[in-house]
This record gives sequence, C-alpha cells and structure tokens, in this order.
Amino acid sequence: MTTSTITSSGGLTSVLRSIWEWIKRIPPVYPVFFVIFISVGLLNHSYQTMNGIMVFLRRSSPLAILAIGEMMVLASGGFDLSIGAIVTMVVLGSSLLLSNNPANAFPAIMIMLGLGLVIGLVNGFVVSYLKVPSFIATLGMMLMVRGGALYWVGGAPRGYLTDNWRAFGRNYFEKVPVFGRFPIALLILLVIAIFSYYIFHRSNYGKQVLSIGDNVLASKFSGVRVPRVRVMTFVICSIFAVIAGIMIGGYGGVNVTIGEGLELQTIAACVVGGVILLGGKGSVPNAIFGAFTMQAIVDLLNLLGLPKPYTDAVQGLIIIAAVAYVSLSTRKKR
Amino acid sequence: MTTITVSENRFKQFLRTIHIPPVFLFLVFIFLLGGILDQIFSDGQIFKNPPILLNIVVRSVPLGIVAVGQTLVIIGASIDLSVAYTISITAVMASFVMQGNSANVPKAILVVFAIGAVIGLVNGLTITKLHVNSFIATLGVGLIIKGIINATFSNYTGSVPDSFQYFGYGAFGIIPVAILILLMVVIAGWLLLSRSKFGFHLYGVGGNVEVARLSGLRTDGVLIIAHVLCSLTAVLTGLFLVSRLQSGAPWVGPDGIYDLESVATTVVGGTALAGGKGGVWGTLAGVLIFGVLDTTFNQLGVNPYLKTVLRGAIIVLAVASYTFRSKKDAA
Repeated sequence: MTTSTITSSGGLTSVLRSIWEWIKRIPPVYPVFFVIFISVGLLNHSYQTMNGIMVFLRRSSPLAILAIGEMMVLASGGFDLSIGAIVTMVVLGSSLLLSNNPANAFPAIMIMLGLGLVIGLVNGFVVSYLKVPSFIATLGMMLMVRGGALYWVGGAPRGYLTDNWRAFGRNYFEKVPVFGRFPIALLILLVIAIFSYYIFHRSNYGKQVLSIGDNVLASKFSGVRVPRVRVMTFVICSIFAVIAGIMIGGYGGVNVTIGEGLELQTIAACVVGGVILLGGKGSVPNAIFGAFTMQAIVDLLNLLGLPKPYTDAVQGLIIIAAVAYVSLSTRKKR
Repeated sequence: MTTITVSENRFKQFLRTIHIPPVFLFLVFIFLLGGILDQIFSDGQIFKNPPILLNIVVRSVPLGIVAVGQTLVIIGASIDLSVAYTISITAVMASFVMQGNSANVPKAILVVFAIGAVIGLVNGLTITKLHVNSFIATLGVGLIIKGIINATFSNYTGSVPDSFQYFGYGAFGIIPVAILILLMVVIAGWLLLSRSKFGFHLYGVGGNVEVARLSGLRTDGVLIIAHVLCSLTAVLTGLFLVSRLQSGAPWVGPDGIYDLESVATTVVGGTALAGGKGGVWGTLAGVLIFGVLDTTFNQLGVNPYLKTVLRGAIIVLAVASYTFRSKKDAA
C-alpha cells in the first residue's frame, strides 16, 4: 500500500534515487581510472583508436596479473614482497636456460613455473608453520631470490631471450574481428582473470581467504584450514608472478633491475583497487583496474613530457591522492 | 627445595626487570658462530683483534639510528618507508649547504632537521587525516622526495668541512663518537618508550587504536609525533653518512636499503609489526646481528650475491626462532 503510494507520487525521484544508489556503489577505482584514461586520450589521439587501447592493455597486462595474485595475499591479511624478485629471477634465469636456442623455451618456462611453485610453498610454510609475519618472510625471500638469481647467472644476464619466449609479452594475434590486433598478453590476462574470478568470487576458497583476512580465529573455529588456504594463496601469487615475469621479459628484454620496485608498485595498484591492507577485502576486477590506473598514470606523465624525476614525484602524489580518495569514500561513516 | 624455587623465581624476576629480549641470545649465537667459522676458514681476526668489535658497532651506527625511529613508528602500528629518501635528501642538502665551510655547519643542521620535521609531519598528517594506509602514504612520500632530489641533484654535491667529519670519524678516548651517538639515540628511545607519557600512549595506539581513542587519547597526535621523530632519526643517519662520505649523493639512502632493512632489524629485534609491542633494545640487537653478519661475510670472502641470499635467510630464521612456538597465527 505505502510503497505503491510512493512510487505513484514520485516515480521520477525514486528512479533517480535508485540510480544514485547504484552509482554510489560503484567502486571508486573505476571513475579514477576513466578520468585518468580519458585525459591520456585527450593528450594523445592514438589512445582513442582501438589499436592504441590494445597497446595500452598489452603494456598493463603483466602488472594486472601481478595485482591479482598480490590482491589475494593482501585479502588474506598478508604481504608478498617477493614478486619483484621473482620477475627478475624469471628473466635472468630464462636468459641462461634458453642459451639462445628457441627449442629450450618450453622447458625454461616449465622450470620457472616449478621454481615459482617452490617459492610460494616456502613463503606459505614459513608464514603458516614458523609463524613469521609475511612482511618479513617475503622480504627475506625477496633477498634470497634476487641474490640467488644473480649468483646463478654470475651477476649479469647471459645471452638474449629467444623470440618465441618473448612472444607472450609482445606479440599480437593479427586480423581479429572488431579488435584488429589482439595482444597475446591480454588473452593471458583474460584467462587468468576468469580463473581467478571463479576461484575468488565463486568458490569456497575465496570466501575462506577473505574470512582469514577478516578474523583468523573466527575462521579457524568455523572449520577453515587456515594453513592450507594461506599456502595456496602464496603459491598462486608466486606462480602469477612467474607468468607476469615471462610477459615483462618478453616486453622489456633482459635487464638486471627489471623487477625492482615492482612489489611496491603492485601493492599500490591493489590499494588503488580498493584492497584493504591487513585483509578482509578484495576483488579481482577492481585489482585489475587498479593496475590499469597505475599504468595510465605512468603514461599520462610520460605524455606530459615530464623528465623522469618529476614523473616519480607526481606518481607519488597521485598514488597518495588516489588512495586517499578511495579510502575516504569507502570509509565507514562514524 | 623451596629455596631453589624461590631463587629461581628471583632470578626470573631479575631478568624480567632488566628485560633482556631473547634476540640477544641470537646475537651471541651469531657472533660465536661467525667467530668460529672465521677461526676455521680465515685468519681468525674476529676473536683475536678487539678493534674489529668496535668496527662492527661503528658499521651498524647508520642503520641503528634510523632503526630506533622505525621502532617507534612500528610500535604505533604504522610504518615508514620514506626513510631511505629522507636520508638521501639530508646527505645531499647538508653537504650542499655546508660547501666545505665550517661556518655553515649550524645552518645546514638546522635546514636538514627542518626538512626532516616537515617530511615526518606530512607522513603523519597523510596517514591520520587523509586515512591513507601508512605503507602507501610513506611509499608515496618517498617517491616524491626521490623525484625532488633527482630533479635537483644528479651527483655528489658540495662537501662537508673537516670539522664536521668529527661526527663520523672522531673518537672520545678509544670509543668512537659514532658509537656514543648511537647509544644516546637508543637510550633516548628507551626513555621515551618506557618512562614518558608519550611512550605509553604510543603502545596504546599501536595495540588498539579504537580502544585508545575511546579512552580519550588524541591518537592522531601521538602517531604524528612518532612519524616526526622517525624522520628526525633518518636525518641523523643522513648527517652521519655524509660526515663519513664527505659529500652527499642522491643514492646514499636507497643504496643502503635503509627502508626495508630498518623494518627488518626492528622486527628481528622482537617488535611486532602489528604494533603495540616491542622496544629499542631489541632493535639494537637486531642491528648488531646485521653488523656481525657483514663482518663475518667480509672475513670469509663470501660472494656478494650469496651474501644477499644468506642475509635473507638469516632475517627469516632470526624472526622464526621466537615466533615458531607462538600459538598465534601470523599474517
């Protein structure tokens, strides 16, 4: 009775209100991303074409994959600081294993995925069973992986990365309808995104990760096998880091410092994507768009023609501003 | 029978009053292990040559000073990742203002401490008023400082006068000035944490910020002060480094990885990353562990990359050595 009166009296207002409610529920990362991306497009017209967008997506796919893995660890209440070192290890180790022979690409990738699995397992076990806080456990792992990789190759890259190994990061599927050229990196991102979306938002595993991040004790009492979930989270993160490493190496080539600072950039991307550090909140699509936002910021600053040092400074400012905006608008009203 | 129990209790009580963190046992263990390995595989300098002990401590001074500040921030359940660039900007600005002239020293010191206070204030305000997570806020502030110094200076700039090098190289009798300064900073940190109102407030804020707020604490103010103090210790480290290097360059901070290492030593020293627990004496032990490791590796001539690997392993093992028995889950 009452409802019908309201709808009949103010149909338009209530429709507007429900639209407003819907708008308010959009995570803030999307408006932030679109504002930055549109400014990029206004400055450089190639970003308005499908090809330009595809190039942008190819470049940001590795960071998005890193962000998905890191997001799961962050959502469980932990940190993974070892992913940058894993990227370095993948690139340097592959340059050694390939020994300039394209036939070695497949075994090299398999070995790297295997190493990623081991690193994730060790991270997970150290955190779950030795009870070392993950910040320290993965910081130690970062030093071990980076030092180990450099020791393995003798301090400098050996040989180059073969073209078939690099294809994942830099090649396109040509003549795809609608898209024109479709980057392989984007296809990999899509596959990983769908897989992660399924396990994180549609399976028990994802709910268990979030509940651990929210309250470990409560989830333990309700029957979550905390160590197993945690170990799995670290393994997923490390393996995604290996995949991203292959793409980053494919895009950027061999470089000793290629993975430096990536862990912090990834965490920043996740936080822009609405993840709360210390756990309990996270979403796959938002993390991906967090990564896209970070990449768009870098592109924007390059387009403005600022020299590298200023880019750093402005990037710092924008990260703080974006996170302040996200956290102020998602904060619980007191 | 009873007497034994009583005396044991007394002993335990005594231990508790002077409060030796368990990490000191780890320090002694690492030192003995390093000394024995040195004795077997090298020339045995660590046990034979007492000045090497002083050298271990002097080597730990820059990290030690900033780690005390980091301990304060971490006890408040915050973190400061901008210290590396605060150190850099201090080193560069100090030698730039001094220009090798003793008359400029007071001015330079005033300038760098003012810069440090501003950085700490910005960190604290961003975290408390804009509600940006401390990890991201200080990371961003670090990036901003990095941009500013790299845009302004590209290489060694200016120099410090000889008189200022007393800070880094001078000695008071046989004890180097550097060690005295480190001790003074540690004692100041200890007094602040255990004997002052601010210290108790800081533990309260770190333990549970909501409870602290509801008990009437101005939690924002406490955190801001902690961040300012942390930046000031970073400034002191920068001054020490520039007095030893004689000239400041933009990369002195990040090259020493002072951001992550100060966090690592703090946690190795038994301060909980989640906040509300810990102290500066443990941090001092953590820093000394790193110093002993460096000296041992140098004595044994370990490959520099392998050194990094061992360092990482030891950080994890040191923390694991007292967390693995805890019943609480880590995250």
